[in-house]
Amino acid sequence: MNSEREAVIRVRDLVTHYGERQILKGVSLDVHAGEIMVIMGGSGSGKSTFLRFLLGLHQPTSGSIELLGQDITQLDSQGMYELRKKMGVSFQGGALFNSMTVGENVQLPLREHTELDDATIEIMSRLKLELVNLGGFDRLMPAQLSGGMVKRAALARAIAMDPRLLFFDEPSAGLDPVVSAELDELILKLRDALNMTIVVVTHELDSAFKIADRITVLDQGDILLVGTVEEVRNSDNRRVQDLLNRRPREEVIDPDAYMARLTDTPLNEL
Amino acid sequence: MQHAITERQGASVLSLGGEIDLSNSPQARKLILAEIKAGNTLAIDLSGVSYIDSSGIASLVEGYQKAKSGGSRFGLVAVSEPAMKVLKLARLDQVFPLFASVDDFLV
Repeated sequence: MNSEREAVIRVRDLVTHYGERQILKGVSLDVHAGEIMVIMGGSGSGKSTFLRFLLGLHQPTSGSIELLGQDITQLDSQGMYELRKKMGVSFQGGALFNSMTVGENVQLPLREHTELDDATIEIMSRLKLELVNLGGFDRLMPAQLSGGMVKRAALARAIAMDPRLLFFDEPSAGLDPVVSAELDELILKLRDALNMTIVVVTHELDSAFKIADRITVLDQGDILLVGTVEEVRNSDNRRVQDLLNRRPREEVIDPDAYMARLTDTPLNEL
Repeated sequence: MQHAITERQGASVLSLGGEIDLSNSPQARKLILAEIKAGNTLAIDLSGVSYIDSSGIASLVEGYQKAKSGGSRFGLVAVSEPAMKVLKLARLDQVFPLFASVDDFLV
């Protein structure tokens, strides 16, 4: 259904390393305008790393990452700055500034990046707090909020500028089921009303199945599968099913490589 | 964003069209506030709006608040589907006086 739609995120052959260790092993992926793409995978699958590269926080070893038609691996800092105005990010921990009120936190991107009138900025920030069910909380300090509220306030800040691309790192982690379900609803509404393209990194299956148009399953730095919720559910790939059924992975051990790691000895010297 | 102001039976009708976003919502705001400052009854026709972001919505909110406090009539008319989605997202469809047409507003 998405094949004719414009790809607003286009990743090609993305290879990344942390030090010597290869994390992503040649990932290619398209995300279309107005699509909700969920990136799933277990711990160490590379999903958080993938998000960090999509945000342009690191330079990859090779490959390209196009956001809204611009290859961010080639952009200079000014170009990246301009592009970031069209991107919203909600990180796992919230990352609000503790010395500012909740309202000032949400207003921050608008004050940094726009020349809008104060009255407009204040109404916009209150609107965003209303959307995340924090209406009337704008004068509180972050320390006065619960963990779930901090997370919602961070989301309000992430959407302050009505970004075209919205990135979420583990939106449901640490939230109670009701708040978590509300957040899922909100993600769907944001896409429908503001036509945002949304990338969500999560390991919460229920949430993924509820919001995703398509799901990308990452495993050990490779894409196992990109497909609709139905396609992922019905996949006969064993690793996908392990993930869905929360089965621990049973890896075949390479005894030599294992010994090499334990003893920190190069393989050829064993 | 396109805009036009016409007068109908003593009321100002501000028609906005196209995309209302960060780049042009200050202009929409100015047009709205000028009408309200002049004490005019104001109907804002949103039938031609293909996209409106929250800065545009904020300008409508501010206009409505100023009209209310100044005692002048204010309404949104023939709200297009994309604009209505955004109003509903913020539950503002329950706040603004909404009219199907300018005629309905003028009744």
